[in-house]
Amino acid sequence: MTDKDLKLKSVFLRKNLLKYIYKAKAGHTGGSLSCVDILNVLYNRVLNVKPNDFKNPDRDRYIQSKGHCVEALFVTLADRGFFPESDLETLCQYRSHYIGHPTKKVNGVEQNTGALGHGLPICVGEAIAAKLDKKTHRIFTLLGDGELPEGSNWEAFLSASHYKLDNLYAILDNNKQQITGSNQEVMNTDSLRDKLEAFGWSVREVDGHNLAELEEALNTGPFEVGKPNFIIAHTIKGKGISYMERVLKWHHGVPSPEQYDLALSELDAAEALI
Amino acid sequence: MELDKIIETDLKMGSANQEVFADTLESLAVIDKSIIVVTSDSRGSGKLVPFGQKFPEQIVEVGIAEQNLVGVAAGLASAGKKTFAISPACFLTARALEQIKNDVAYSDNPVKLVGISAGVSYGALGTTHHSLHDFAVLRAINNIIIVVPADNFETEQAVLLAAKLDQPIYLRFGKKLMPFLSEENQEFEFGKGRIVREGNDLTIIANGETVYPAWQAAKALEEKHDVAAKVVSMHTIKPLDTALLDELAAEGKPIITVEEHMVNGGLGEACASYLFQKGARNRFHIIGIPDEYTVTGSQGEIFKHYGISRDGILAKAEALLK
Repeated sequence: MTDKDLKLKSVFLRKNLLKYIYKAKAGHTGGSLSCVDILNVLYNRVLNVKPNDFKNPDRDRYIQSKGHCVEALFVTLADRGFFPESDLETLCQYRSHYIGHPTKKVNGVEQNTGALGHGLPICVGEAIAAKLDKKTHRIFTLLGDGELPEGSNWEAFLSASHYKLDNLYAILDNNKQQITGSNQEVMNTDSLRDKLEAFGWSVREVDGHNLAELEEALNTGPFEVGKPNFIIAHTIKGKGISYMERVLKWHHGVPSPEQYDLALSELDAAEALI
Repeated sequence: MELDKIIETDLKMGSANQEVFADTLESLAVIDKSIIVVTSDSRGSGKLVPFGQKFPEQIVEVGIAEQNLVGVAAGLASAGKKTFAISPACFLTARALEQIKNDVAYSDNPVKLVGISAGVSYGALGTTHHSLHDFAVLRAINNIIIVVPADNFETEQAVLLAAKLDQPIYLRFGKKLMPFLSEENQEFEFGKGRIVREGNDLTIIANGETVYPAWQAAKALEEKHDVAAKVVSMHTIKPLDTALLDELAAEGKPIITVEEHMVNGGLGEACASYLFQKGARNRFHIIGIPDEYTVTGSQGEIFKHYGISRDGILAKAEALLK
């Protein structure tokens, strides 16, 4: 896949996640749009995972701690061939496995997530196991900035550096907003880089919508031998749709028919510029 | 305290179940390097100091951080490790309940959760350190086996079986020295109650450290009233041994349940729920901790206060047999 194709893929994934949120009349729109570029780079440039051999013990692990942005994950997995995209027609419907959070019933999903502050501790366990077995695969998690106040994350931050888990990569979708307001208003986590470095992590900051920057950070590493890796990806909630960007109500808003058409036309225009 | 001591002399004395747990795990870890123990500054109370010294590569310490304990254990189990996560039962099943529900049970990571110093083992340390809720909360979570061994034999068997199990399980151990309850019945499987004393006039269903006072009460019933009480160690609360309960319902004799747990949501209610929905007509009584501020004292004193004792069970049996 060329760099241009990768950029086109981001637009395609945005269109698709909006399509299925629109059809299901439910979804975490703003957060899915903020993290979809990260998922695109992970699944198309970084992760060693195969749809037809997903349980291979040597695969890279990706556990989405911010499980509510499952729409971005589902469209990315479908595009990579983990399941037919048509499965997503059942999103959030009675008896569908494609529910509002990741579940292992779906090929390509590592863990059932959704309650916040759970992804990182599981990744610490996976990373310790990989070290014990002298395996070279890597462990990735995607955290939301709104879930940082969960104490379990800080327990895991301690243990990751205690065990020198440089095979662990935590990516923060730092869109700076959560359901009630800005992170700063709700629970201030400022000086995050200092906090994480004080906890023994090696930290990099990237533009979370710049695919090349993401790829460079995610495929470099460990940043420092013996330290877990943290990538603060600066993102925009609702990225790519003008009327959604940084607008709080799109945390889990569903577009009207007119809004949906407008969103698609904006994405078409973005596509034409690539 | 005299009350805490074993006063019968006709049963062979053993060790504390949690010591047997640690010894059994050690014997397994020698040959199976995929066994990993995760502790939250709990290796001392879990009798795992020798384990840590012998197998430093097979023990992961997370510090006093129970949520992380269970999350990390889920990750290790997901990666194929036979993972035992050990913490005092009170903290393990309350502080980390969401991790148990989501990361272990719902995500189907076959962690062996081990609650030590369970029930009111910590005695006068008080309610913060008691686990009288664990049966209730774990019974309400899908995909987790709940096992409370009564004696050293059951403990060893439970640990051996748990190591092979590809499903989440909760094992609950106390720290009191336990006698071997039956030399005749040496069968143990999850989900099958173990009859440690035969009898057809009345049945006492108990688990964990309450099986012994149940056994004592049955002995007293025989000596005092010539009543033959069956004593069942219902070590597995979930899945419950419904075949055995069906037999008890058919016999129609009084049933007493005894547990080191709140009456709310515990062993007794689990049995009652099954029996009476099946139309059982047995007289039935649950002995456990009532819904009140738990009395203070040693484990033995708390047991005696709430009738979790030979005399308490005997008195209830006498009342039911009238």
